[in-house]
Amino acid sequence: MVTQLTQNERFLGLIILIALGCLGLVMAAAGQHDPIGMHGWLVVVCSIVMIFVLANGYFAPEPSEARLEHYYDDPSKVGIVVAMLWAIFGMFIGDWVAWQLVYPDLTFDAAWSSFGRIRPAHTTGVIFGFGGNALIATSFHVLQRTTRARLPDQLSPWFVLLGYNLFCLIAISGYFMGITQSKEYAEPEWYADIWLVIVWVTYFLIYLRTLARRREPHIYVANWYYMAFILVVAILHIVNNLAMPIAWNQAKSYSAFSGVQDAMTQWWYGHNAVAFFLTAGFLGMMYYYMPKRAGRPIFSYRLSIISFWGITFMYMWAGSHHLHYTALPHWVQTLGMTFSVMLLVPSWASATNALLTLNGAWHKVRDDATLRFMMMAAIFYGLSTFEGSFMAIRAVNSLSHYTDWTVGHVHAGALGWVALITFGSIYAVVPWLWKQPRMYSPKLIEWHFWLAMAGTLIYVFAMWNSGVIQGLMWRTYNESGTLSYSFIDSLVAMHPYYFARAFGGLLFLLGAIIGFYNVLMTIRMAANVETGDEAVIGNPAAAGE
Amino acid sequence: MFDFDHGSIVAFSKSFGLFYLIALSIGVLIYVYWPSNKQRFEDAARNIIHDEDKPCR
Repeated sequence: MVTQLTQNERFLGLIILIALGCLGLVMAAAGQHDPIGMHGWLVVVCSIVMIFVLANGYFAPEPSEARLEHYYDDPSKVGIVVAMLWAIFGMFIGDWVAWQLVYPDLTFDAAWSSFGRIRPAHTTGVIFGFGGNALIATSFHVLQRTTRARLPDQLSPWFVLLGYNLFCLIAISGYFMGITQSKEYAEPEWYADIWLVIVWVTYFLIYLRTLARRREPHIYVANWYYMAFILVVAILHIVNNLAMPIAWNQAKSYSAFSGVQDAMTQWWYGHNAVAFFLTAGFLGMMYYYMPKRAGRPIFSYRLSIISFWGITFMYMWAGSHHLHYTALPHWVQTLGMTFSVMLLVPSWASATNALLTLNGAWHKVRDDATLRFMMMAAIFYGLSTFEGSFMAIRAVNSLSHYTDWTVGHVHAGALGWVALITFGSIYAVVPWLWKQPRMYSPKLIEWHFWLAMAGTLIYVFAMWNSGVIQGLMWRTYNESGTLSYSFIDSLVAMHPYYFARAFGGLLFLLGAIIGFYNVLMTIRMAANVETGDEAVIGNPAAAGE
Repeated sequence: MFDFDHGSIVAFSKSFGLFYLIALSIGVLIYVYWPSNKQRFEDAARNIIHDEDKPCR
């Protein structure tokens, strides 16, 4: 991979790594009495490791000009493998969190493994580690194919991919050390946030530079979604993380916002992170890989444009539904609630568009687990957007808020929609990237599909039941007008559901591990073809294609 | 004379979205249903299906 870089790019890469390593040393030296010092050492170690990787091919001859006639897929390949690693890490931590709620002793009496620290490690691991890497990897792939233009250079995609993973490492290692700014899904402290801004702006510039070179006159709708994802996440990230560190050599900072303004900014960020990170980006994935895999153009291209503008402009207003019955002005709550209900229209337009694309290709859905992943993702997308609109209604929210129903809703979206569309897209793109007729084992894709389905359904039904029971127990009064149940009563009632949820999560994790194995074996198939050893390939005409 | 007090800012906050979102919706619908765009959209939807590795720029 390093030998594919031009000598100039290798040199620039080395300069960036040396500069980064020096920055890490400064952090480590200046912050030696603070957790930021540990992060300085982490930056130093990561830089040195990457310098060794680069040194491996540094003095190789210049790559041939022929490479420019093909798309540049090396970052996508690495990104997909890294995404699968993060999936396993994030889902493992998530299942551990779930078992902690069943058996509280599973913290093993350590500070780093307490619920409050490993829960953000789970959310960051799956959302930013797994989801983010999958989005970056697929976006480079989709962008080049739909514009018929190669990425503008070979260094900046690596900067984005590796820099982004450095951010994820700093974020998650920080939680274990107790570093957090206490904003949900925006826990990393100021220095990690600044680093992410640099990476993210580079990412956006790659998009703009490639679009400027495009051969296809019309910009395909998947790119609109990816661009909305990149642009809006940048805006949200910068505004919500405005903060003043207590000192330049300390991790702790104070937010620029306080009180209800802080709450509103946080949930404007939080809900739009769902909208633009977990929805728009993955819709981009869906609008490319689903028609490709089904071999049918999207049912209505016009509808996809209408729902794009609906989703991007209405989501912006929906965040305040997270703050029903708070100090936020009543009309702002109502505004968020109204827009959340209206959002059902563009959301269902997208889900319907996806399902109607498959209409007429149901035999493919039956035979091909990869396409079935995508179909179920579209169904769960429709289900969870309906549920979300419903839960945003103030009266429903009075029952659902602060209960496990919210957790169930989030996972219907995260497991059912985000993870399924990602696995489907990965199974579609891996054989294309590594030039194989199919994945190593279609049978293992089937296993993954059914484990993921069973896991999601068990998880979601457990949390629906537990959430509604919890909500009802918290609002049941006896004749004398006091609460019928104590808080501990509700915990006892939750226990069997927590067990079921942790079991469902375990099934989902097992599926992801099988998926990772299948991806690795497909890569090995490709490596064996290159060395002329065809024995491992098996029968390429087997079912599943 | 327009007075920039709390009340007028709240009134503006409550209403400006109505106008720009409706204007945006109309604009999007005109773009989507503009007759000469039909062919371009159909081509865009169809062109991605083929050519995984066609020579590029």
